[in-house]
Amino acid sequence: MKPSEQTRSLGRKIAGIAVLLAGFLLAATLCFGSSPNGSQIPSIFKPQSTPADSIFRLSLLVLTITGLIFIIVFSLLVYSVVKFRKRGGDDGREPPQVYGSNQVELAWTVIPVLVVLVLFFATARVIHSIQDAPKPPGTIEVIAIGHQFWWEFRYPALGVVTANELHVPVSDSSNPSPTFITLLSADTDHSFWVPRLAGKTDLIPNRENHTWIDPHETGLYLGQCAQYCGTQHAKMLLRVYVDSREQFDQWVEDEKKPAVVNDQVGEGRRIFETTACLNCHAVSGTVADGHFGPDLTHLMSRATIASGAAPNTPEQLKIWIRNPDSIKPGSLMPAMKLNEKDLDALTAYLVTLR
Amino acid sequence: MSSVAVARPSNESAWVLPSRGRVGMFTLIAAESAVFTIFVVAYIYYIGKSLSGPTPKDLLELPIFSAVCLLSSSLTIHLAVRALRKAKVGVFGLWWFLTMALGSIFLVATGREWHHLIYEKGFTISTNLFGTTYYSLVGLHAFHVTVGLLAIALAMIFTLLGKVKPEHSERLDVFSLYWHFVDVVWVIVFTVVYVIGR
Amino acid sequence: MASDTIALGIADPDARPIGERLHDWVVTVDHKKLGILYILYSLLMLVIGGVEATIMRIQLIVPHNHFVSPQVFNRMFTMHGTTMIFFVAMPILFGFGTYLIPLMIGTRDMAFPRLNAFSFWMTAFGGLLLYFSFIGGNGLYGAGNAPDVGWFAYAPLTSRAFSPGHSTDFWTLAILVSGIGSIGTAVNFITTILCMRCPGMTLGKMPLLAWLNLVTGGLVILAVSPLTAAQIMLSIDRFLGGHFFDTQAGGAAVLWMHFFWIFGHPEVYVLIIPCFAFASEIIPVFSRKPIFGYPVMVGATIAIGFISMSVWAHHMFTVGMSSYGNAFFTATTMVIAVPTGIKIFNWIGTMWGGKIQFKAPMLFCIGFLFQFLIAGLTGIMLGASPFNWQLGNSYFVVAHFHYVIVGGILFTVFGAFYYWFPKMSGRMYNEALAKWHFWLFLIGFHLTFDFMHIPGMLGMPRRIYTYEPGRGWDIWNLIVTVGVFFQAAGVLVFVANLLWSLWKGESAGNDPWDAWTLEWSTTSPPPDYNFATIPVVESRRPLWDIKHPEDPDWKYE
Repeated sequence: MKPSEQTRSLGRKIAGIAVLLAGFLLAATLCFGSSPNGSQIPSIFKPQSTPADSIFRLSLLVLTITGLIFIIVFSLLVYSVVKFRKRGGDDGREPPQVYGSNQVELAWTVIPVLVVLVLFFATARVIHSIQDAPKPPGTIEVIAIGHQFWWEFRYPALGVVTANELHVPVSDSSNPSPTFITLLSADTDHSFWVPRLAGKTDLIPNRENHTWIDPHETGLYLGQCAQYCGTQHAKMLLRVYVDSREQFDQWVEDEKKPAVVNDQVGEGRRIFETTACLNCHAVSGTVADGHFGPDLTHLMSRATIASGAAPNTPEQLKIWIRNPDSIKPGSLMPAMKLNEKDLDALTAYLVTLR
Repeated sequence: MSSVAVARPSNESAWVLPSRGRVGMFTLIAAESAVFTIFVVAYIYYIGKSLSGPTPKDLLELPIFSAVCLLSSSLTIHLAVRALRKAKVGVFGLWWFLTMALGSIFLVATGREWHHLIYEKGFTISTNLFGTTYYSLVGLHAFHVTVGLLAIALAMIFTLLGKVKPEHSERLDVFSLYWHFVDVVWVIVFTVVYVIGR
Repeated sequence: MASDTIALGIADPDARPIGERLHDWVVTVDHKKLGILYILYSLLMLVIGGVEATIMRIQLIVPHNHFVSPQVFNRMFTMHGTTMIFFVAMPILFGFGTYLIPLMIGTRDMAFPRLNAFSFWMTAFGGLLLYFSFIGGNGLYGAGNAPDVGWFAYAPLTSRAFSPGHSTDFWTLAILVSGIGSIGTAVNFITTILCMRCPGMTLGKMPLLAWLNLVTGGLVILAVSPLTAAQIMLSIDRFLGGHFFDTQAGGAAVLWMHFFWIFGHPEVYVLIIPCFAFASEIIPVFSRKPIFGYPVMVGATIAIGFISMSVWAHHMFTVGMSSYGNAFFTATTMVIAVPTGIKIFNWIGTMWGGKIQFKAPMLFCIGFLFQFLIAGLTGIMLGASPFNWQLGNSYFVVAHFHYVIVGGILFTVFGAFYYWFPKMSGRMYNEALAKWHFWLFLIGFHLTFDFMHIPGMLGMPRRIYTYEPGRGWDIWNLIVTVGVFFQAAGVLVFVANLLWSLWKGESAGNDPWDAWTLEWSTTSPPPDYNFATIPVVESRRPLWDIKHPEDPDWKYE
């Protein structure tokens, strides 16, 4: 290649890299950029709870340091590629053969060691502050049990059992009421990840893990299972509702009540209790006491079914019961092979379980 | 044509590098050690963690006799190779045979212990965590002893056929490294399973 | 003398019948042929793994897509990962090492040629076992097909209860078998390098490629063996009713994770260190200077080898280790960045003050430097444990490791291909096509893997066959998928270049690059016996000494 072509090729190369970098920076700005607080984007850079916050602040330090390192080394690389390229009128002689330099090696060993020390101590502080956080008196205790492919949530002190949608009170720093979650698993490994509230922690069978959140703002926070757990790992979604204190107390009150009894849907209830439904599901106040699937006592208090795979409407419920695989192929609920009449009655019954 | 780099004069010392067989065998031993380490770690991790079923105290007795046999075979194999190096093929054959016998006694003793555990005590690899880790670790070792014994038997046959000569002593010395390794592993397994674990 | 050109029908008036030549290749113990077999095998697997990746990316191009079912998708990511690590990356690097080490240390073959052949065929058989699962994976319950447990196959998902049928068994056996092959190769590398160097080539005078493959061999011995042990344990669980990872019987799922990552982390160094070796051979030649700081490069690599055995649980930051455990692994992970960074500085130092020629091997190595720098920095981000609690198991991690594997490893492998293709085949490749390959692949790589970091930061976990709209992930997934087609185009150009050059490339001669290590002193391709006379060397660059008798290297080393 002729020397002038080499220069042009080099120029194009650098331009290409610059364009990509600019694009990347633009994209990054879009993530960092402001969006309304109620936004559903589960960005790790929009923390709303202390653990997520601590991580965010650490991440700023890490990104700054790594960003600086990148700029310095990248500049050195570009400089050497441009300045020391073989030129047009080259005389064909070899350049000075330099074998090394002890001073230079020392410099670029010592400086990275110092950087590593700074990063490590900053990180260690955050590890400790999150993992070894104390529990203030207003703590809400939740036990989360991971199943293939849904979440079970129990509030032992409050006597509440629900599934897939977690309700917690907003936490005020003057009178904190964080939620401490004990993480267990009924089958394989799972991971609880709601990015705006905390980093993820795994749910591992035969092992008890812990995490905590103290959300600062009410709203709905999205997440999902973050450890591959089988066929429908992708649809093991999480919805965390951060309620005001009054809303939360009301929710607890409603959840504690036994199932609504409505004589008009007696046929549906009969089908539920005489088909295999009650082998897997529980409806408090009735004979149904299965624990393999979600508790359905207050099914209609949830916005979604199948751990977020479908909205909770009578039509979707019917489709789900007719054939779960049509919504979530590979889910562990079998198709119940009910005829349409029974299906309608059953759905009518379930819809009353507020 | 390949070209030759011009040799500088004056440096007359011989160019000697380690023997390939030895280095290869040490590398293999390193790999096998890593495998055994993982099984030992699993064994130690699971001590006392079985949810049910018999414990080591219930079932295990110190296999002193078989341990002595196996460890002595390290001595006999060393003596065998030394004899061969001194061109005493007959003596070599005797020590080599003794090595084979001692190794076989070890295997038979282990087999008898297992027979007793499985058929009389009903204790198998699937009984509990202790069963899984015990049979795996001891079994992995016994497998390595078996492979070694097959090689020893092969050499024994060649000896009886008169094909083994003093110039083969280096090769057999390299093999003996493997046999010593198997013995060292036994010391560790013995300590972990029959001493610490009980 | 008769030069044995590779059996692809190159014009050779003495050609024997094709059957005889193919038979030669099947029974060969010659390190050069085995090296080429490894490389060709890996190229085939690269294409298959690439198809698997393309299928996944098409499924993920929009949310709630229905290109493939979840079951098929889960098999795709499992097969893609397993294929790329065990049947592309490892074999291709072993292949280059097998081909080059004896030539570069001035000897005629590896220490154990038959073990060499055995290792290759074990690896090849392992790949066959893995892909046989597509047909044979149906087990007792008609369940199972190709394995779908992910390439690191966490327990208890791999237990009989959660993975019925035999798909997982094919995965286990494939890795067990190829692991034996890998250990055999490592034994050969270490023994050859320690015991067969030509006279005058002390350890301090051998090419960096030899040093780095020595360290790699050591790592394989120490890392693949734990994986072999873990696979045996898993097989005992699945076949004999064992309880190693049976949580119902008190077993620990976390134990599998520890054992796997004790393999898995050093494994990534097994993959990258030979690539460091390629860069350390190519960058000096195309900068026309010796490598900057040879002793430091050796020391840094050994340090990386040792430290890499102590960082494994940074893949497990989210499993609930104590704060002390997390802090320890954060510390070791950050420490390993120091020798790694030193190597990047030394490569830049090699280019500094040189006369850089932008031939294809050098272009790919410059790309490597840029991309490996970024990958190392995202690695530091992931090494900070709390930051990992957000970024771990998300698309950020997927982006990070592909940045290393594709941006680092594959780029240097392409560079190595172009650099040593003339030696292996006797022909020059087409430089213009090679540049097309570079630019197409570079654009595709950056489109895919730069933007892949973003969904990770916005909460997208990995190993999901579909995702929810409205979480801000849609546009990035689209861009990521578009990049795949540029990369595919680049690889097609590459394959076309190789094939074209084998037939039509101009004759390369012994030393087309004016390089300095021993492989360039013999013919292209080398004769069966490598060298007519075993060379005697005085310095790290024996051919520099010959070409510059007034200013030989041994005066300065």
